[in-house]
Amino acid sequence: MNTHLPNAKEIRERAADWLQRRNFWNWSEADQAELDAWLAQSPSHMTAYLRVQAAWENTGRLTALRSIRPAQRPAPKSRRVLPLLMGVAAAAAIAAVVGSSSLSAWFGPDVKTYATKVGGHEILKLADGSEIELNTDTVLRTSMQPHERKVWLERGEAYFQVKHDEKRPFVVLAGNDRVIDLGTKFTVRREPHRLQVAVMEGRVQLQSKTASGKEHSVALARGDVVVSAGGVLPVVKKSETQLEKDVAWRSGELVFEGATLADAAREFNRYNTDKIVVAGTGVAGLTIGGKFAKNDIAAFAELAQHVLGLRVERAGNIIVITR
Amino acid sequence: MGETPENGRETADLRRSAGMTEDGINGWFVREVLPLEAALMQFLRRSWPNKSDIDDLAQEVYARVYEAAREKIPQPVKPFVFTIARNLLIDRVRHEQVVPIEAVADLETLGVAVDAPGPDRNVMAQDELRRLQAALEKLPPRCREVVVLGRIEGLSGKEISQRLGIGASTVSEHLATGMNTLADLLFGDEAEHGRKP
Repeated sequence: MNTHLPNAKEIRERAADWLQRRNFWNWSEADQAELDAWLAQSPSHMTAYLRVQAAWENTGRLTALRSIRPAQRPAPKSRRVLPLLMGVAAAAAIAAVVGSSSLSAWFGPDVKTYATKVGGHEILKLADGSEIELNTDTVLRTSMQPHERKVWLERGEAYFQVKHDEKRPFVVLAGNDRVIDLGTKFTVRREPHRLQVAVMEGRVQLQSKTASGKEHSVALARGDVVVSAGGVLPVVKKSETQLEKDVAWRSGELVFEGATLADAAREFNRYNTDKIVVAGTGVAGLTIGGKFAKNDIAAFAELAQHVLGLRVERAGNIIVITR
Repeated sequence: MGETPENGRETADLRRSAGMTEDGINGWFVREVLPLEAALMQFLRRSWPNKSDIDDLAQEVYARVYEAAREKIPQPVKPFVFTIARNLLIDRVRHEQVVPIEAVADLETLGVAVDAPGPDRNVMAQDELRRLQAALEKLPPRCREVVVLGRIEGLSGKEISQRLGIGASTVSEHLATGMNTLADLLFGDEAEHGRKP
């Protein structure tokens, strides 16, 4: 074995220095090669880098919470789900941490924040003619600069119809991923550790950074759907009708075809403060189809009860479906 | 942002670990191993007399776990990590003359200590926001200001430097210190232990 322990302090300082260089300063391919070489030198280097990077990624949650504060649509008080209540409390707490200076000063004058509540749906018309449609429980910020248009998708899902302008790129940022418009209509859906991009029209470029800081890039065309999780970018081709089902929320609907009960319940739960829980062996895997109003949990429960012969019980705002 | 395909590098990574890409191992390490850090640190503190070694020991445990994962992802992960930690301590006692005698006696109890419940990070999700907030609070004021500008407003290093009228290397130092302190506060057991970052 090694007779000398690694000097953790030194290695961790070095790892943090790499991370800040990579995230905050000009970063060339030569820099990346140098970082790769350093990481390959020793598992101590790699693990120290992964550690500081994971912590830094984690702090991204704070961003999401804080950005609700100066929102033009304030976070609703009616949210009943515990984590969200905590979120609001934490947001207030963070505001206190940052200090007495006006919150908007932290965001710059041109950055605007928009938020929808659970079950919400808003259409945002931008001055350049582009439109952003916010789905349920979504938070995003926009910055419309003369040379660049930026949208940070903090959480949730949005449908983008972008007026393409080569001199003024339109970029959607979500965690480690960047979606660059190349003339297009597309959706971006952000969940913890997962990002889905679907292209309805035109083309986009998706760039994704992996845990070790490598960059992957993929060009997407009409009908392409990609899920980015941990930097792997598998592209699936979907038909027009399939794509339409995926964005049925734009007209207030949820459309399922051969979806498992668990997946359908998860979709409903995104839009409703009443939550469906599917329990018991073999229940979650049952498949269903149909078109529902996004808030019509009753219709869904009825289908489970009468068509699939399952038991439906309600306890407060939880609806339990079992055999 | 480069768009160069990285096929060459990907192939190399695949060869290094049968069945698991480097990104796969990295993701596993972040998801499964890092959340054990507080428990690991407590275990090391309890078991090792020289407190100034603790960070180094933890770092070495990580390196060994990671190295082992390149061959095969260990399942379940928690006992594996603590076995590595335990073996590392035994190695240190054997190879390092500076360890006081009583540490050797303590080794007998290590097997038991492994099973001692650490803070359960799976139920930490709710706690995490408070932790993050507390972590930010603990940063020195200037450092916090730089971190907030960089992380929340999304300014680049250069923009932070201009906004605050401080040099680029100072910005870099604050960012690196902030990142490391946040990592200690989020993953380590400082909160329980009360150690100053």
